[in-house]
Amino acid sequence: MGRKLLLEHINVPGIETFDVYRKHGGYSAVEKALKTMSPEDVVEEVKKSGLRGRGGAGFPTGLKWSFIAKPEGVERHLLCNADESEPGTFKDRYLMQYIPHLLIEGMIVSSYALGANLSYIYIRGEYMFVLDILEKAIAEAYEKGFLGKNILGSGYDLDLRVTPGAGAYICGEETALIESLEGKRGNPRIKPPFPAVKGLWGRPTVVNNVESIATVVPIINMGADEYGKIGTEQSHGTKLISACGNLERPGVYEIELGMTVEEFIYGDDWCRGIKNGKKLKALIPGGSSVPILPHYLITKTAKGEVRNMSYESLSDGGFATGSMLGSGGFIAFDEDQCIVRNTWNFARFYAHESCGQCSPCREGTGWMDKVLHRLEHGKGTLRDIDMLEKVNKRIEGNTICPLGDAAAWPVAAAIRHFREEFEWHVSNPEEAQKHNFGLSREVTFS
Amino acid sequence: MVKVTIDGVEIEVEEGTTILNAARQAGGDIVPPAMCYYTGLEGSGGKCRSCLVEVAAGSERDPRPMPKLMASCRTEVQHGMVVKNKTSERVIDAREGVTEFLLINHPLDCPICDQAGECDLQDLSFKHGVEWSRFEEEKRTFAPRDIGDKIKLHMNRCIMCYRCVFVAQQLTNKRVHGVLNRGDRSEISTYIEQALDSDFIGNVIDVCPVGALTDKTFRFKSRVWFLKPMNAHRDCPTCQGIATVWMFGNEIYRVTGRKDKYSEIERHNGKTAWICDTCRFETKDVAKWVIEGPRIINRYSVISTNHYTNENPLDAKKDPKKLQ
Repeated sequence: MGRKLLLEHINVPGIETFDVYRKHGGYSAVEKALKTMSPEDVVEEVKKSGLRGRGGAGFPTGLKWSFIAKPEGVERHLLCNADESEPGTFKDRYLMQYIPHLLIEGMIVSSYALGANLSYIYIRGEYMFVLDILEKAIAEAYEKGFLGKNILGSGYDLDLRVTPGAGAYICGEETALIESLEGKRGNPRIKPPFPAVKGLWGRPTVVNNVESIATVVPIINMGADEYGKIGTEQSHGTKLISACGNLERPGVYEIELGMTVEEFIYGDDWCRGIKNGKKLKALIPGGSSVPILPHYLITKTAKGEVRNMSYESLSDGGFATGSMLGSGGFIAFDEDQCIVRNTWNFARFYAHESCGQCSPCREGTGWMDKVLHRLEHGKGTLRDIDMLEKVNKRIEGNTICPLGDAAAWPVAAAIRHFREEFEWHVSNPEEAQKHNFGLSREVTFS
Repeated sequence: MVKVTIDGVEIEVEEGTTILNAARQAGGDIVPPAMCYYTGLEGSGGKCRSCLVEVAAGSERDPRPMPKLMASCRTEVQHGMVVKNKTSERVIDAREGVTEFLLINHPLDCPICDQAGECDLQDLSFKHGVEWSRFEEEKRTFAPRDIGDKIKLHMNRCIMCYRCVFVAQQLTNKRVHGVLNRGDRSEISTYIEQALDSDFIGNVIDVCPVGALTDKTFRFKSRVWFLKPMNAHRDCPTCQGIATVWMFGNEIYRVTGRKDKYSEIERHNGKTAWICDTCRFETKDVAKWVIEGPRIINRYSVISTNHYTNENPLDAKKDPKKLQ
């Protein structure tokens, strides 16, 4: 087993309560940061650790923090993005549900670093039970003097609130999250201005993923140099991976970045291979919006190198032969799964979740959903497949927010790698309607 | 003042001007189309993506090109910026894409639509559309609705530009309509069958780039190109009273604000000359207006075909320079 930083004490009974968490070294990062470090030191430390945003885009967190505008007399805010709605991703829920104080501790340290006195955790509406857990934990932290006025006698004040959304995927986009938090319709804003300059109520704001904020705690505790030693050259530290799909042992795992994909799928300590002894057909390594990888590109890159669980290795070869680490939603497909059906399912999801603000995304996602539905049910033509590719290109990059890209990438990748399966659906309409597994039964795997 | 080059045309504009407005100041055919941006409405723009342009050089200080196409209506110019609009193949392709997307769920009912002849979407598809459609699916539909006693909403035709929402927000003291639902099912709607009722709410008809919001006092009375637009004014206690009246013989068929060549209400006396609902819906008596004279309409517009020129407007398609 690799080293665990976030989930080290996850199995301790009662870790969700303040006392048990404190007994296991909790809130030591708050003590260290507030008593011995200046806010600039904390930012510098996070920058040095090389922590990259864990929400999907992988933007360096320290760099993001250093962009925040600091005009005199204007409040700043830290928002925690707990609107985790990407299909296949459930790592943040796991973290918040079982070890809520880790997130709160991270929020205190990060807010201190940014000079924010009022911070929010924006949680998705479907996680109502997690909201209760978080609110209970926050009440405990207030009671023990870790939140509120003059924390630990350092003169630093922080109010922390949890706000639920109403169940929209788009509110995980940072500007849509801000709009929603302001009480408006969750439409992404047009950038620039970026939230770091004009965010919540026009004030400088930083939006970070739950895991990024929680990771600040071990970084402060062990120091950036120590933390930076874990992982590979470009991907430092550990990452939570939520493995799902046809795996023998799905679940949330904390991995050291840089372990091989092969070991993660087949290793005894990890997912233990594919369920029912079947073969791996395809893999989505980072949540539904990243490109799918066919079986021959999973453990080896196109150049023949071993593929690792790291930002740079998974994206090796660009979108042609690579993918992305994304949010860590690791979805495995066995030989019985139909890629067309799965692609349609994702397209349907994005058509449902598009906010409807800009035309390429609003109309394009709905169109792709309808065409893929037709293809899956044996009513498509070969021309539809080419058309899907072209429609894709016209959505990608032309939208206000990345949802358009996220909707276009999985469809483009599925057609790129599994074109014959789409064509099989066209040429065998009756069988395609009867079975849902597509071509896979007739393909021999290496 | 900052210097910016759009399609090889160099122009000096004030700092803070958007690319679209800079292009409009230069004029000519380098102006990108705008379906959702409206100068008089704060916060509008950026949604329809038909004004996307390629920024080949960000500024003099940082001459790197911007990787994505930018919405010209919301991107401010920088000194030394080089913009490619019609000279960029990427832009033309994206614009064709946007036109296609806007049309796939559009009912294409121009023959019975009151906006036909003065519709921005018609202009856009005339320039960037194709004659056929790749969309074979069933279109999403909504039933036409009355929102208020003078305004009809055809949601099928809507392109979700949000202009009418901004009008209600910024011109009237209460907004009772907004956007419901998400994705391609999103619609302009009132909350539980409320009526749009306010002194200036009729302006939602003027700002609507398509035929989604139409004037019930004019619906199905006449095609716009059979009418003669005349500049007129009157003494109005509520608004500036500066309008265009659309006449047939000696009769006023409808009253609208004075729109410039970008379909935007003109500015008079330092303010956008929005007209009030009394002028628009209830003052159709010629005696109540002072007629100034015929309104100048773009000579290639279908509205001017029967009035001012013998040239066939379809010739303009052969010679794109003539199209504005």
